[in-house]
Amino acid sequence: MKNNNIKTFVAVGIGAALFFVLGRFVAIPSPVPNTNISLQYAVLGLMAAMYGPVAGGLIGFIGHALIDLSWGGIPWWSWVIASAFTGVVVGLFAKKLNVQEGDFNKAKFAMFAVANLIAHAAAWIVVAPVLDILIYAEPVKKVFAQGAFAAVSNIITAVVVGGLLILAYTKTIAKKGSLDKE
Amino acid sequence: MAANTVLNYMPRKSVVHELTGTTKLAFFLLFTFASMITYNIWVLLGLMVVSFGAFKLSHIKLREVRFMLVFMLVFLALNDFFIFLFDPNQGTKLYGTRTVLCHLFWRYDLTAEQLFYILNISLKYFVALPVAILFISATNPSEFAASLNSIGISYKAGYSVAIALRYIPDIQRDYHAISQAQQARGVELGRSEPFFKRLKNSVSILLPLILTSLNRIDTISNAMELRGFGKSDKRTWYTRRPFARNDFIVLALGAMLLLISIVVTVIFGRFYNPFV
Repeated sequence: MKNNNIKTFVAVGIGAALFFVLGRFVAIPSPVPNTNISLQYAVLGLMAAMYGPVAGGLIGFIGHALIDLSWGGIPWWSWVIASAFTGVVVGLFAKKLNVQEGDFNKAKFAMFAVANLIAHAAAWIVVAPVLDILIYAEPVKKVFAQGAFAAVSNIITAVVVGGLLILAYTKTIAKKGSLDKE
Repeated sequence: MAANTVLNYMPRKSVVHELTGTTKLAFFLLFTFASMITYNIWVLLGLMVVSFGAFKLSHIKLREVRFMLVFMLVFLALNDFFIFLFDPNQGTKLYGTRTVLCHLFWRYDLTAEQLFYILNISLKYFVALPVAILFISATNPSEFAASLNSIGISYKAGYSVAIALRYIPDIQRDYHAISQAQQARGVELGRSEPFFKRLKNSVSILLPLILTSLNRIDTISNAMELRGFGKSDKRTWYTRRPFARNDFIVLALGAMLLLISIVVTVIFGRFYNPFV
């Protein structure tokens, strides 16, 4: 049990580093001009599903805050908090998904997709814009337009890339009870 | 690669560098919240004087941080543009009056209120920028975990941040190697591939990256457990330094700025309105 605890905090560190590297340096163009796919949310989804809500939230928070700091500004707290929120919500499904067990069927895949859908929709259409209005007094229409765009693109990334990742990953784990007696 | 422009610690002999990491972190947070709460232009100007003064004291030259500055200006210009595009009347909503300077086209009028609002938003960036740059470039990364712990965050979470900072270059190098190896095998991520193909291809880079990272997590957490990490509730830090006189002065200044910002907001409201 103790080891799991340490592992969670190490996973947060490495997860945040992954989040940072993917969010900061990796630019895969999306169909909309001048925007990129945020691959970091696929990894956030996977790590949160593996290590639970606390790890998910911290990975989102630390990773996003570091990205903002590295661009040379004060972290844009409303969006940092929204990233953390995404990690927490996906992490809440961790027990049910039980990724470490290795048998990842269609029902679990659907659950993973729904978890990401809920998390991103709530984070970018509710949490981020509302905080933008409260903290930065920005125009309502602008923040909701931004939020809706972020939600759609992040949901596509998280569900498609995150889903494929989790499928491929669980195939590499030996399933429980996969040994037969001869 | 771009690695050396990220979170770049620039050691110097200066008053700012000699402050403890704890002081810098606490001041950074206090200052951030002070500038976040208020929209009063006078308070913002006062904060700007403080942050530019701190930058001057740090002996960090402007051209060393040019990259961050340029990026911030571009981001600021874009943000201002989008605010105007989506709601040219946000200023009117906030300040309650409407002074049209000139009509542009369709629903877009240039109003004094909107300009003032955008000026305030831009000021907020300029207030925050020097302090943020200082925080990144004058804090020794190995002192950072100790600072987080001493402002009351659990040392395990502090260690997570330290691990993240430590392994960013490694993971970056891994990513680079993996993506080149996959590209040599014909995995393409550029515009020439259709969108969903691109997403699928990214998985073939991400999966090895994640598997190596998970191995790393195992190795590191085993090594930490072997050394008894997490056994006690508290720990000491090699890099932690005792507070000096200047640390107390800076902390007091930070607390005072936040207090001023709160008091002004409570008494006079969040916005300073020159139009009434």
